[in-house]
Amino acid sequence: MVLLKYLFRNIFRHKLRSILTILSVSVAVLSFCLLNTIISAWYAGVSASSAYRLIVRNAISLVFSLPISYKEKIKQISGITYVAQGNWFGGIYIEEKNFFANFAVDSETFLKLYPEFIVSENEKKAFLMDRKGCLVGRKLVERFNWKIGNNVVLRGTIFPGNWEFVIRGIYRGRDKSVDESQFLFHWDYLNETLKKTSPTRADQAGYFIVGIKNPEDAAVISREIDSLFKNSLAETLTETEKAFQLSFVAMTEAIVIVIKLVSFVVIGIIFVVVANTMNMSVRERKNEYALFKMFSYGNTIIFGIILGESMLIVLTGAILGIILTFPAVKVVGDILSVYFPIFNLHREVIYESLFISFIVGILSGLIPAARSIKINLAEGLKWDL
Amino acid sequence: MAKLEKIIEIESLYKSFRKGNQIIPVLQNISFDIMDGEFLALMGPSGSGKSTLLNLIAGIDKPDSGSIFVQGIDITNLDERTLSRWRSEHVGFIFQFYNLIPVLTAFENIELPLLMMNLSAKDRKEHVDFALSIVGLYDRKDHYPKQLSGGQQQRVAIARAIVTDPSIIVADEPTGDLDKKSAEDVLNLMSELNQKFGKTIIMVTHDLRAAKYAKSMKYLDKGVLINGSAEIFI
Ligand SMILES: Nc1ncnc2c1ncn2[C@@H]1O[C@H](COP(=O)(O)OP(=O)(O)O)[C@@H](O)[C@H]1O
Ligand SMILES: [Mg+2]
Repeated sequence: MVLLKYLFRNIFRHKLRSILTILSVSVAVLSFCLLNTIISAWYAGVSASSAYRLIVRNAISLVFSLPISYKEKIKQISGITYVAQGNWFGGIYIEEKNFFANFAVDSETFLKLYPEFIVSENEKKAFLMDRKGCLVGRKLVERFNWKIGNNVVLRGTIFPGNWEFVIRGIYRGRDKSVDESQFLFHWDYLNETLKKTSPTRADQAGYFIVGIKNPEDAAVISREIDSLFKNSLAETLTETEKAFQLSFVAMTEAIVIVIKLVSFVVIGIIFVVVANTMNMSVRERKNEYALFKMFSYGNTIIFGIILGESMLIVLTGAILGIILTFPAVKVVGDILSVYFPIFNLHREVIYESLFISFIVGILSGLIPAARSIKINLAEGLKWDL
Repeated sequence: MAKLEKIIEIESLYKSFRKGNQIIPVLQNISFDIMDGEFLALMGPSGSGKSTLLNLIAGIDKPDSGSIFVQGIDITNLDERTLSRWRSEHVGFIFQFYNLIPVLTAFENIELPLLMMNLSAKDRKEHVDFALSIVGLYDRKDHYPKQLSGGQQQRVAIARAIVTDPSIIVADEPTGDLDKKSAEDVLNLMSELNQKFGKTIIMVTHDLRAAKYAKSMKYLDKGVLINGSAEIFI
């Protein structure tokens, strides 16, 4: 088809201009995807949270703990499956820059509450049997080159001293949303040690994880739990795991908004670049559009030729940008792995960038196309003047 | 044998252009007939309104007043769409600067006017090949305009003008940008189209040698038609 050839060859008329435009689109799409991946990494904890879990914490602040005796009381409430206590341990492995999340948890119950943590039966058994055993995420094992049976010493910050552990199990995530860089060990080990070293700090849980049978009951059960401990020394605040995770992100929401904004500014700039290119090209070819018009080509066709060209430029750039995004996410994800244990490129981000490119392609062609069909025929046919 | 039918009847045509808030009259009270099968040379000094008149006859532009009957139809009364269709079916255009699309080959350039007609690819190819053979450029059909000489480019443009088999061909200084030899080729070709294929040709030129290929002449000066032979005025 001659018109398609015309459309394609037009792109090669100013090779450098086309290449530069395509590259700017690629860079824009790449940045857009990267920035949005950072945003979703920010919300990774929120996305990974389950509607079947509630978190009970001290109503005053997360830094205050709750008596372990609450556990039995919570268990009495109907609609609840399991209750596990946990403590943020805050241990450091060799030096501070090796940061990773480490928790003391009621191991057996914890694993029932978190079916998305996949451990082989053998390793699970070995972990549960060893008082000093720990369960670590696959990514953490890769990062420090650990093996099953290795001894790991964490220097306690909240709970002073050197704490020894033996790696008994490695877990994988059931899907990509699961953080595979956590370090879990037995709450009993922490508690028994505390009983000996600082008895006043023993029998305290940082928070409780409560499994519920029915997500719809979340609000009712939360209220029930909190009313149990109303007017006690340590009042509780119960919320869904999602709300709990969101409360962390909320503190940094302004940053997320800025990142989101920047990602759209990038798109705005690229619109200007493509629109400018299209404007130049169409102006140079106004004689040719007049010729088409003279041969009785309809406005739709002329629109199609111009929009087709801008679409082709933008989509080529977008696809190139998306292809580049994959290795870029890998590299950036590795660099930022300490801050963002979950750093995945989501399909939605790719679709979004394609959709936006599509819109940019249409809009950049629209203005010059509208102008080109309005040209005066007699004027447009005066070539080479 | 002699054709005496009028193909075009022009009646009291006026045309002016606006420049800011100033109105410049370009054509004033033009009336004349063109016979079917005629080869008319439209002459006159630069700026006298030749191109403007040619554009009106070809349905590229509209007059302020007056009428142009072509085969009984007043084309000044047609709406944009109908005029466009009429133009593509009845008129072939040849320009001074060829007006070829540089990214299309000779063949593709010639095919352009056919794409808006209801023709199969095979029929289109037949038409284009025939037009190419008339202008003697069949072996150059895959060349791009910049790979062709000026004369060859103009012959491609002529092939494009005749590929839809229009009854009228308008040419605006078709030899204005060509050397003597190429100009002769082009003019001979136009004579052939007129004599062998019976096309009515209206050619704007200010070159007397070119005008000699025509069968008749009209002389335009400051937008007014001057009757009689052009030679008297030159
Ligand atoms: N689009 C236009 N706008 C304003 N003036 C024009 C336009 N086209 C032609 N003219 C004027 O009309 C006159 C006749 O132009 P034209 O028909 O091109 O003359 P010719 O072809 O005989 O040289 C000139 O004075 C020219 O400046
Ligand atoms: Mg002229």
